[in-house]
Amino acid sequence: MTQYVALCYYDRDQYWDSPPETEFSPQYTEFARRATKAGVMRGGEALHPVTMSTTITVSGGKGGDVLLVDGPYAEAKEVLGGYFLLEVADLDEAIAWAAQIPTAWRGKIELRPIAPVHA
Amino acid sequence: MNATDTLVEVLRSEGPRVLATLARTVGDLAVAEDALSEATIAALDTWPKTGIPDNPRAWLAVVARRKALDLLRRESARPAKETAAFRWGTEGAPGQIEEAIEAMEPETSLRDDMLRLIFTCCHPALSREAQVALSLRTLARLEVPAIARAFLVPETTMAKRLVRARSKIATARIPYAIPSDAELPGRLAAVLTVVYLIATEAHAPTGGDAVARVDLEAEAIRLARLLAGLMPDEPETLSLLALLLLTSARTPARTDADGNPVTLPNQDRTRSNRAAIAEGSAWLSEAVDRSGGVAGPYQIQAHLAAAHSTAPSWQETDWDRIVGLYDLLGSITANPVVALNRAIAVTERDGPEAGLAALKTIVGLEYSHLWHAALADNLRRLGHTSEAAGELHTAVTQAPSEAEQRLLQDRLCAVRSELR
Repeated sequence: MTQYVALCYYDRDQYWDSPPETEFSPQYTEFARRATKAGVMRGGEALHPVTMSTTITVSGGKGGDVLLVDGPYAEAKEVLGGYFLLEVADLDEAIAWAAQIPTAWRGKIELRPIAPVHA
Repeated sequence: MNATDTLVEVLRSEGPRVLATLARTVGDLAVAEDALSEATIAALDTWPKTGIPDNPRAWLAVVARRKALDLLRRESARPAKETAAFRWGTEGAPGQIEEAIEAMEPETSLRDDMLRLIFTCCHPALSREAQVALSLRTLARLEVPAIARAFLVPETTMAKRLVRARSKIATARIPYAIPSDAELPGRLAAVLTVVYLIATEAHAPTGGDAVARVDLEAEAIRLARLLAGLMPDEPETLSLLALLLLTSARTPARTDADGNPVTLPNQDRTRSNRAAIAEGSAWLSEAVDRSGGVAGPYQIQAHLAAAHSTAPSWQETDWDRIVGLYDLLGSITANPVVALNRAIAVTERDGPEAGLAALKTIVGLEYSHLWHAALADNLRRLGHTSEAAGELHTAVTQAPSEAEQRLLQDRLCAVRSELR
């Protein structure tokens, strides 16, 4: 089995928390319920808008000054708004699930395989 | 034929089959590729001394499997795969070819492995560039430098493209599988597109000086043949092979003795490859028989290629049929290039006024040298010589290759001399 994160991207002006996108919330709930029942969903959350973001850099290496920027790392028209963590056999299965997330037709979904990092 | 030539031929015909089965058993295309490369080196070393084995594919399969086992052993981080992969007990003493032949997969399973390999190389999660590169390397067994030359990119660029594609297959877990019936039409269309693109690159190189790169044309036909053999029930697969053969029939007439391009109206039809016409026509009628009266885009294009290849000359071409075929093609694919070719046929059937009117309705070809050249042709026939010269001038600046640039430049000079 492989884990994929389905990154949900929205147009900045049509973010999930603004109408008419909010009309789709029941469909997200329904997707999460089905994916959980199928044993595919391993997690997932929505993110507050990028206006709530703080971007952090530590300058001069570990222990250096913590520099903060009010806002996202990169200004873009399309922003990350949430994610689902899916565990399936292969990319075709991951695509089939991701295509059922409302973001797939309201915005865009990027599927990234998870690189397992062992402690 | 010496051992090296035979080996090269055997590798090209049998290599993909050995690779296809090995990739499934090993579960990793990159490892299978490396193992086959090492087996090839071993063959180059051994065969000239011992002679070519009776069953070269079995020989390659056995050696490649052993090399794959070595490779997986070296990668100690993957012990799970190693045990899962080797079900056939390749630990036996070297040279047990008889045993290997018995263990070799029956034809049906080999066919499935080949289909897995093809659909993996042309998986839609890979870029079109990557699909084309993988198909030429993995399925056609072309060497990286040859592929790089064919696409006019540095060897390192092509090598990186292939490495990236293989590692995406492994990391993103693109399945080594035949698409389900529901997915098949779309997935097959992607495979045919890749082969078609390879052929198109052969006819209209996007840079450089060669008029036609026969090697890529041959590779496209080779791949189309492979697909037709594996999927004889898919009419569009047969139509693509027919299209490529019928188009290739005109390759000898595409250039003159000095290597300059000759456009279709001026091509000497007696130089056409008759064997290719005959074979292409046979595949086309097979495709028609299997398509149940619904012609797909490749079948229509094959009919068009047949109409051109079998016409005794440009003047004696059945333009009414050609316009009809383009109408049909235009109704299933909205493509301005189809509309352009239709307009050129309208000129021949109904005259330059009708042709010009048809050309002017086309949107989206403002940057195509072919559209401007077609406009120029109609304007010139109608006596609007200076407007024709203007269009040809635009066409020259937009021509994608030096050969085409020269051709249009000559035409421009001819039109300008009429102005004086």
